Amino acid sequence: MNKNTLGIFGLLVAIFAVTALLNDKFISAYNIQNLIKWSSLYAVMSIGVAFVIITGGIDLSIGSVVGLVAVVLAYQLKVKGIDPGQAIITTMCMSLLIGLIHGLLITKAKIQPFVVTLCGLLIYRSLGRWLTDNQSLGPVPLEDDKGYANIDTINSLDQIFSGKIAITDSFNLPTPALFLLALGIAAALFLNRTIWGRYLFALGNNEDGARYSGINTDNMKIIAYVICSFMAGIAGILFAFELDSVQPAQTGEFYELYAIAAAVLGGCSLRGGVGSILGVIIAAAVIRLIYNSINMLGISTHLEFGILGIVILLGVMADEFLKRYSAQRAAAKQKES
Amino acid sequence: MAEARTPLLEVRGLCKQFPGVRALHEVALELHQGEVLALIGENGAGKSTLMKILAGVQPADSGEYLIESEPVRFQNVRDAMAAGVALIHQELNLAANLDLAANIFLGREPNQFGFFQNRNIHAEAAKFLKRVGLDLPTDTLVGNLPIGKQQLVEIAKALSCNARVLIMDEPTSSLSQTETETLFEVVHDLRRQGISIIYISHRLGEVKELADRVTVFRDGENAGDLAKDEISHDAMVRLMVGRDLSEFYDRQIHSPGKVVLDVEQIRTPEHPNTEVSLKIHAGEIVGIAGLVGAGRTELLQTLFGVTPALGGTIRMNGELIRPQSPRDAIAAGMALAPEDRKLHGLVLPMTVRENASLASLKRDQNKGLLNFSAEETVAEEAVEQLQIKTPHLEQVARFLSGGNQQKIVLGKWLALTPQLLMLDEPTRGIDVGAKREIYRLMEKLAGEGMAILFVSSEMEEVLGMADRAFVMHEGRIAGELARNELSEEAIMQLATGTPLAA
Repeated sequence: MNKNTLGIFGLLVAIFAVTALLNDKFISAYNIQNLIKWSSLYAVMSIGVAFVIITGGIDLSIGSVVGLVAVVLAYQLKVKGIDPGQAIITTMCMSLLIGLIHGLLITKAKIQPFVVTLCGLLIYRSLGRWLTDNQSLGPVPLEDDKGYANIDTINSLDQIFSGKIAITDSFNLPTPALFLLALGIAAALFLNRTIWGRYLFALGNNEDGARYSGINTDNMKIIAYVICSFMAGIAGILFAFELDSVQPAQTGEFYELYAIAAAVLGGCSLRGGVGSILGVIIAAAVIRLIYNSINMLGISTHLEFGILGIVILLGVMADEFLKRYSAQRAAAKQKES
Repeated sequence: MAEARTPLLEVRGLCKQFPGVRALHEVALELHQGEVLALIGENGAGKSTLMKILAGVQPADSGEYLIESEPVRFQNVRDAMAAGVALIHQELNLAANLDLAANIFLGREPNQFGFFQNRNIHAEAAKFLKRVGLDLPTDTLVGNLPIGKQQLVEIAKALSCNARVLIMDEPTSSLSQTETETLFEVVHDLRRQGISIIYISHRLGEVKELADRVTVFRDGENAGDLAKDEISHDAMVRLMVGRDLSEFYDRQIHSPGKVVLDVEQIRTPEHPNTEVSLKIHAGEIVGIAGLVGAGRTELLQTLFGVTPALGGTIRMNGELIRPQSPRDAIAAGMALAPEDRKLHGLVLPMTVRENASLASLKRDQNKGLLNFSAEETVAEEAVEQLQIKTPHLEQVARFLSGGNQQKIVLGKWLALTPQLLMLDEPTRGIDVGAKREIYRLMEKLAGEGMAILFVSSEMEEVLGMADRAFVMHEGRIAGELARNELSEEAIMQLATGTPLAA
């Protein structure tokens, strides 16, 4: 664990401890399960955007991709009665394709990532609303709803994506946590143990330098955007099964901001070249925890965004000061030798 | 005589330190009114640092800076300007989209409550333009002027701020012959008007022609001064390199082997209408000389696939290649240590290990996984072979000196054992010791049969290192000089577009 990750972990523990002290309902199995579930859902998206941010880019379309994937999945299951396995594969392919298009537009057409993904944000949101005529719908049938084909398969998929595994008598682990575990390990291995991960860091720090060293920087950037949209797609499926009803206009709205906030708080620099998967996961948990603590401590929920903003700002400032301080120390050390 | 008067500008005991580099150490300099002082020294000798301190771009760590015996301490360029010290940058700082008058008064526009008062600036500007011999309508857009005239505008701008000291950094590095002559006339004129000039140049011929006095720097220290009648090419070189040239450039001429690189009629995107052809043999060290902007860097970048060729053929070992990216060029056996090593050569925030192994990660991979032990070996070999001075392999490249950074770049390529090593300004910003090591390395690699192609603006480097040199002018090869034909005069003639007399 590097210093930054340690710092953000400290923050997590501190908020956790304070809230636990002030409200004894906080440590209930129910609340912790919920916290783990939502943190996992947010962290999956945040890992995706971390890849893009490491290349020095940005993806503003995540929330809309989550929304579109959830809508398209529910639409296929409820309205079209398509085989659920096939429906999941289709939506995953759709999210991969979205990432590929982003990557190509950014690297080959040389349009700024901000613009490309901002347009994506608008387009995917409206596609979902148009497809469903803005009517909310759920992928999983409610009790009185008979309009679904393949009900058995859907219910077992629901167990996979939004189920619970009993750990003790009272405590169940939500399955999204397992998705996060697998994806987080894969992402961390990719970033730190493969040549492509090294290439991403290198090009995020100095794209020209990486290119002059023989790295195909365009392809690596495309891969980053594909990974980002893919993770948003998985998050979309998890959210779809989690929510009883997917709302084309609202599901996933602003999630890109939570994801970017978690990536930045977790140690990614928007200048590119820096980032840790573990840090991002913990930061996503911090963001959910803050939200939960506000509720638990009876603070006005109108203050939610304000508190979140202040915490992120302070976290990033502390990190910046720490970095400057250690850079100064390194320079001073250099002078002595 | 001038020595009896108090100097207009004087520095004593100036020191400046950068992370990993001692840029200036106990440096002294004096400049009298109406004097042209030439400041010379090899790349990395500390000239640019001193000039930046004089012009208020950056502060010194310690030492005295006096103007008319009054100590000054400039916080920024504005302070220096107010005291009459102006820097004429190598890269001109004019706004191309504004006209002459607007450029000259940029930032000092006569205004009332922020509203622009256009009345007098044209007449006022014309006055200053005249002083530098420019007789142009003051509403000409600067972007439409050739670079030589833009430089004169810059000088006029400095004069309009009542500059008494002009610092000119390599003013002729991108000028044509006639532009250079015009500039010289202006310099002589300004001297007559009582303006003092610090003239920084690599061109010793120019220095001899212009300077009243020469101050030589070496490795961030004063190496000596030459009075007007002592100025000679040999005396300057001796002070610059601190020893005889033959000892510094320790060259043995190898008999060249087979043709490694064969370029026929390629056109670069920068000069789409001129064709370049050249051949480089194994074991040869070939230089490319020319003015800044002659298309030398662009040629290397095109060969290396950074800016793919528009036409023509490139052969490596007889095999036709079409490098569309550095990746292609590397696969064909090329390597390039680029001119801007901070921007193109290294990933500064990454460590020595990560930088040295960046190009060979792919070769050493294990099904996509990083091979940490191979990576470590590559980095260790680079440090050992090139004697990179770093506390450990995990040191961040940013904190190393220019010389050591350049060695990392070289080490990165040597790990791949390229057949053609291209070096763009291989010793820019590097201290004398490291410079010598890089020359030795070039010599050693050529001895082992590597073909080496280097671009250099430093005359001595081309004269000292090249077996053969091409001189470029406006995108084309103006001439080729064999080792026994190499001379500063011949290079300058070709570089400025004058054909050599038969």
